[in-house]
Amino acid sequence: MTPETTTPVTPLVEVRDLDVHRAGAHILDGVSFDVLPNRVTALLGRNGAGKTTTLLTLLGLLPGTGSVRFDGVELLGMSTHRIVQQSIGYVPEDREVFGQLTVTENLRLAMRTPEAVERLDLVHELFPELHDRREQRAGTLSGGQQQMVALARALLNPNRLLLIDEPSKGLAPIVVNEVVAALERAAADTTILLVEQNLQVAQRLASDIVVLDSGRVAHSGPMSELFDDPEMAQRFLGVAGAAGGST
Amino acid sequence: MSTFVLIFITSLGLAGLYFLLAAGLSLIFGLMDVLNLAHGAFFGIGGYACWLIMKHLTVIGPLTLRFAVAVIVAAVVGIAVGAVVEKLLIARNYGNHLSQILITIGLSFVVVSLLGGIFTFEPKYIVQPDWFTDTVEVFGARIPNDRLLILGVAVTLLVGLLVFLRYTRHGLIIRAGVENRQMVSALGIDVGRSFTLVFAIGGLLAAVGGALGAVYFNGVTPGLGSGQLIFGIIVVVIGGLGSINGTAVAAVLVAMTQQFVNYYIAVGLGDIAVVALLAVVLLVRPQGLLGRVAR
Repeated sequence: MTPETTTPVTPLVEVRDLDVHRAGAHILDGVSFDVLPNRVTALLGRNGAGKTTTLLTLLGLLPGTGSVRFDGVELLGMSTHRIVQQSIGYVPEDREVFGQLTVTENLRLAMRTPEAVERLDLVHELFPELHDRREQRAGTLSGGQQQMVALARALLNPNRLLLIDEPSKGLAPIVVNEVVAALERAAADTTILLVEQNLQVAQRLASDIVVLDSGRVAHSGPMSELFDDPEMAQRFLGVAGAAGGST
Repeated sequence: MSTFVLIFITSLGLAGLYFLLAAGLSLIFGLMDVLNLAHGAFFGIGGYACWLIMKHLTVIGPLTLRFAVAVIVAAVVGIAVGAVVEKLLIARNYGNHLSQILITIGLSFVVVSLLGGIFTFEPKYIVQPDWFTDTVEVFGARIPNDRLLILGVAVTLLVGLLVFLRYTRHGLIIRAGVENRQMVSALGIDVGRSFTLVFAIGGLLAAVGGALGAVYFNGVTPGLGSGQLIFGIIVVVIGGLGSINGTAVAAVLVAMTQQFVNYYIAVGLGDIAVVALLAVVLLVRPQGLLGRVAR
């Protein structure tokens, strides 16, 4: 009987010893984790654990020390627009659509690759409402519609990595389903690092988890481990283990 | 009635100058969070560029054509000065308001001294086509043509700026950047290039304003732009940071208030009335007439 061998997968993102200070507080303390290609990794943790800070630092919007390598390229110290040009899309926690611009203008602004024009059809297919409201100012859209705009901006370009911060936050369940369906479709050919408070959503989308606790990595591994260990879920996320709650 | 019409139209000419001075200031403030206190220097430099061309470019005989060339040269000089100032002095000081203020105040002093050293502090009168000082009758009032010219140029540049902001990608980036420049960067856009562009546009508008101001104020002095800057800042605050339409409306309001109070109440009271207008707007609508509440 020959021993079973597995080919090690090279991570798409390697975060090593990431330290971030904000306003005198030590927010991230030696954070290290990998994001494997073509998988969805959920970054979980209680409020204030450092999840959003991690995304912002990866994106160059906050200064940090340590190392963040994307496909072998060091991102720390690079300006935000150059990081994004490495083929990284970002969906911020509070959508941050440009309220005075129309839906079409928001999408036009996000187009940075030749493929984006062709992918506009895909985006309209995912979110038909955006096509119907293309001349409406984004600031007058509902929260769910604004989230669609925010997601559409990230999906327009053929990104290799998506950084998505709480896509279900403050949305009605029916809209959450629509958003999750779009993300499932995106996950088919894109690596995603997802911050999500809604554990049901995280469980639907993610295969791997990284749990942050007070700015440190408390656990990382397959998503199933979290739900097989109610004690761990209770300790790090404040829920009773099985899906159905928010962190 | 004719006096009212005269003051009204003359005020519109002055409003045109205020708009040209304030529009770039507003965009720079709105997009880049930079209070450019050297913006008045751009205005003065434009005035001197115009004066130099009108005095020395005698190869162009017709004064109207020469003046058109002078305004274009002033615009080009304004673009160059704006871009160089942003690249050399402002770019490394984004986010540091104290440095920005000290640098731009210092630059303003340097420019005034430099212009004074080169051209003396005596007013330099612009050679003008005769038709500038001719008048046209509007509702019984004799309106000098130069006031209408200034108004026409300002309106043309206002429309051009609005078209640029509305229909070009750079305009789209600038409009988005005024709202949330961090998110613009997060879409993979180099906001720094837009910053340089906005400074160049600001330089263009102010320098054209300076060229026309040299006609309006009957000459140019080194301190001309710095003296007008306070009104430019008031117009920006009343109009709302980053709002070009707001700047245009505020420029008209400020110029009208100043001129009508000066004429109908007391000479010199107009400036105080403008400050009072600013105070009222800040009390009633702190974000300015067409500005948005800061997030």
